[in-house]
Parts: sequence; structure tokens; C-alpha cells
Amino acid sequence: MTETLDAVFRREAGRCTATLIRVLGDIDLAEDAVAEAFAIAAEQWPKRGIPPNPGGWITTTARNRAIDRLRRESTRVERYITAHHMHEQDIDPDSTPEREALDRFVDVVPDDQLRLMFLCCHPALAADSQVALTLRLLGGLETGEIARAFLMPEATIAQRIVRAKRKLRDNHAPYRIPGAAELPDRLNAVLASIYLIYTEGHTATAGPALTRLDLSAEAIRIGRVLATLMPDEPEVIGLLALMLLTEARRPSRLDAHGSMVRLADQDRSRWNPDLIAEGHELVRACLRRNQPGPFQIQAAIAAVHTDAATAANTDWSQIVALYDQLHAIAPNPVVALNRAVAVGMLAGPAAGLHALADVNLPDYQPYHAARADLLTRAARVAEAIAAYDRAIELTTNPAEREFLSRQRQHATTTPSPS
Amino acid sequence: MPQYLLSVWHDEDYAVDFSTPEAQARVAQISAFNDELQQSGAWVFAAGLHPASSATVVRPSGDHVSMTDGPYAETKEQMGGFWIIQAADLDVALELAAKGAAASGGPIEVRPTQG
Repeated sequence: MTETLDAVFRREAGRCTATLIRVLGDIDLAEDAVAEAFAIAAEQWPKRGIPPNPGGWITTTARNRAIDRLRRESTRVERYITAHHMHEQDIDPDSTPEREALDRFVDVVPDDQLRLMFLCCHPALAADSQVALTLRLLGGLETGEIARAFLMPEATIAQRIVRAKRKLRDNHAPYRIPGAAELPDRLNAVLASIYLIYTEGHTATAGPALTRLDLSAEAIRIGRVLATLMPDEPEVIGLLALMLLTEARRPSRLDAHGSMVRLADQDRSRWNPDLIAEGHELVRACLRRNQPGPFQIQAAIAAVHTDAATAANTDWSQIVALYDQLHAIAPNPVVALNRAVAVGMLAGPAAGLHALADVNLPDYQPYHAARADLLTRAARVAEAIAAYDRAIELTTNPAEREFLSRQRQHATTTPSPS
Repeated sequence: MPQYLLSVWHDEDYAVDFSTPEAQARVAQISAFNDELQQSGAWVFAAGLHPASSATVVRPSGDHVSMTDGPYAETKEQMGGFWIIQAADLDVALELAAKGAAASGGPIEVRPTQG
């Protein structure tokens, strides 16, 4: 029973909140109305049974709460009437046309969810506030759940959300979908926020996993909603594909002892074939559209990896070409690092180290880990050990530290021929 | 309609020599931006300020006031001027601020007024 209510809540909360923010013109009032509807459901459903369309029931109940509030607050009703060209002097809220107009006004429209995404990821908010607000309002997560997922004190997250909402309200942030001129920048902020949620869930293996919400699953859920709402934005599809193809490999990322397993050593039979098939289909759709962007190219790289039946069969020349393309449109040292790793796989450790020579990431753990691996393979043991030591020093994640320590040990005992 | 303070920030010792060609060009750009604000109805008020060293701080202290020389905040960056604009919402205000920043060549802080 509670399971079902939770599932309905997860599915409907963001959608209801999105519509009610438009109707009530206030985030807090909207959250209250949705919470009220779920409280009524929690009380009534066990007695009367779950309604045939639980999602619709919640939406209607929250809408009715909103209408009650509109009626009580006459100034809002007047504003709404002005906005909707209803010029009757005496409004009878129970008359059918009035009631129908109100009903239409609070109809759940998909655009509301988009408005909410752009509001949560407004550039006037800091990235960590965008993430917290997105999870709270769109994901329908409790503040405590978000805090536990990020291993942060609940008070910190609560304050972050309260401040973000207050800033949006005090600044009269509009509830709208950005126009064509600003859409690319604004959409990038939304995509970056969703991907940040995904990577946090993917890499955070510290802490008591059982009590933590799966942020990666949340990010994919929000990514799917966005892909439904903006099917013609190739980067939206690219982001979803990237998340699905990364998620597909997740079951083999850690071994039975919780230690990290690198891509080459992963048990590929444990990769999720459904997610891979779906991800590949999305990547193909992006290729057909031929408007490449950073997320699409990263998804294409993930697709090449998941295409290979064994690590040895990986098409490294294709991966290097994709990294070249990515570096051309979005140059940054992390892309250059990944490209150097791919070059090392394609043309050997010396070529990889040569490609790495231009990369300057002295405080970035993956840089030292990649360099250590290339040096080990090039039989430059002393330098490899030093690079592993630096990488281990920079690692905060226990599974990664365990992995690097084993690699370091391996480098000292069995130096590979070059 | 909501109103916003757009404040322009400078290094404390910004130049006040308006005779240089750069300063003249800047003045012309800001003047064009001011015209745009007035024509679109966004204009409420605007002013450039003398350097922060010209400021005096007046503080209530019991039943009298004390006065001290200098700006209130002893920071490297000081407000050099401001606009008060009215705009339909934050996004309109930010768009105008972007034009103001381009015209004045420096960062602009956008802050909503109360009420």
C-alpha cells in the first residue's frame, strides 16, 4: 500500500507541482497543495481502495485544493480573470462556464514541467542550488533524502532550497520556457544539472549505500521526462543516451568486495542489454540528425565501448576520432586526458604518454591514475609508482583507493614489457 | 512592475579622467544605453558616482550621530554608479543588465527592490 503511494508520488509529484506553481504563482503554495493531496490519499486509499487512476486522482485533488485557494483569494481570481478575458462583473464560481474555465486553467500541461526545469536551473542560482531544487521540486524528493544522497547535513540542503526559492520569488523569476535566442544556454544549464545528479550517484560509493537514494536513477528519470518534452533537441537525447549507456555498465563497476573494476576488466555479461539497446537506438537517432554536441559525442563514445564484445575488440580508432571531435567543439583538459588514454590503447603507451604531455591537471586524480597506467605499461616503474602515490593521495572514494593500491602493487611486482 | 537596482562595480581607485578617448567612448555607450532604457520605459533613475574616497559614513550612536571619512565597506571593489530600472521579470532585468555591462565595460550586480 505505502509502496504504491510512494510510486504514485514519485511519478506525479513533479508534474502536479509544476502545474500548481503556474496556477498559484508561488512555489511554496504549490508544494503545500500537492502535499495536502497526498496526505488525503494516504488517509483515504487504505479505507476506500486505490482509485483506478491514482495519478489522475492526485492531480485532481491537488487542483481542487488550488481552486479552493483561488476562490478564497479574490485578488488572484480577479487577476486570473483579467488574464483570461472573462469580463463578467459577478462571478459565480459554481456556474458551469466559470468552473470549466478554472478547470482548463489548472489542466496539467507538459509545458509546465519544462517551465519548472528551466526555473530550477535558472542561471541566477548556483549549480548546487539548481541540483537541490531540481531534485526537490521536479523529482519530488524529501529534503532529507536529498541530504542523505549527497552525504550532507539536512539543514544545509534545507537552507539551500529555502534560499533558492526565496531568491526566485524576490527576483520575480518568470515561469516560462526561454525564447529561441536564450534557449541553448538555458538548456545547457538544465542538462548540466541533470548530469551532475547522475555522476554524483554513479561515483559516490562512500557511505551506507542501503540508506542512500539512487541519484543516478533519479537523473535518468528526469532525463526521460525531458526527452519526452523536448524530443527535437539532440543534446537532450544525447544526455539520456549517455546516462543509459553508463548505467548499463554499472553492475560490473564494482567487484564482490566493493573494489572498482576498470572497463577493460569488467564482466561484460553483466552489462544491461536493454539499457544498451535503448542507448544505441538513441545514439543512432542523434547521428541521423547530424547536429553533434558534447553529450551526443560522449554517448557515441559510450556506444562504441558497449558495442565491443570484449575489451580487446574495442574500436579505439573510432573512440580517438570521437574524442578529437569532442575536443574540437568543447575543448577541456579532461577531454584531452581521455583522448590520451584512448591513444594509449590504439597506438601503445609511448603514444599515450606523448598525447598526455600537453595535459596539465596536477590535482586531478584520474590524470595521475591514467599516467601511472601508461607508465606501467611503458615499463617506467619508478615514475609509475610516484604517479600512483599521487593518485592515491588525491582519492577520497574508498573503492577507487582500493583499486589504485592494487594497481600500484601490481606495478611493483610484475613490470610489463613495453 | 518589479524594480531592480543595477549597480556598477569598479576597482576602488577607478579613473575619473573623462578626457581620454576610451572614457569618451564609454560615456557614449552608456548614454546610448540610457536612451534605450528611457525609450523602452524601463528607466526609473540612474547616476554615476564620484570615487568611494569621496564618501562619508554617518552612524547613529545613542542620541547623536558620528561621522567617519571614507566608504562604509573597506573593500577593493566599490560601487561606481547605478541604475534603477523597472522590468516585467528577472529575465528582462538580466537582459538589460547584460546590455548595461557591455556598455559600462564592467560587472553589474542585479538586485530586486522590496515591495
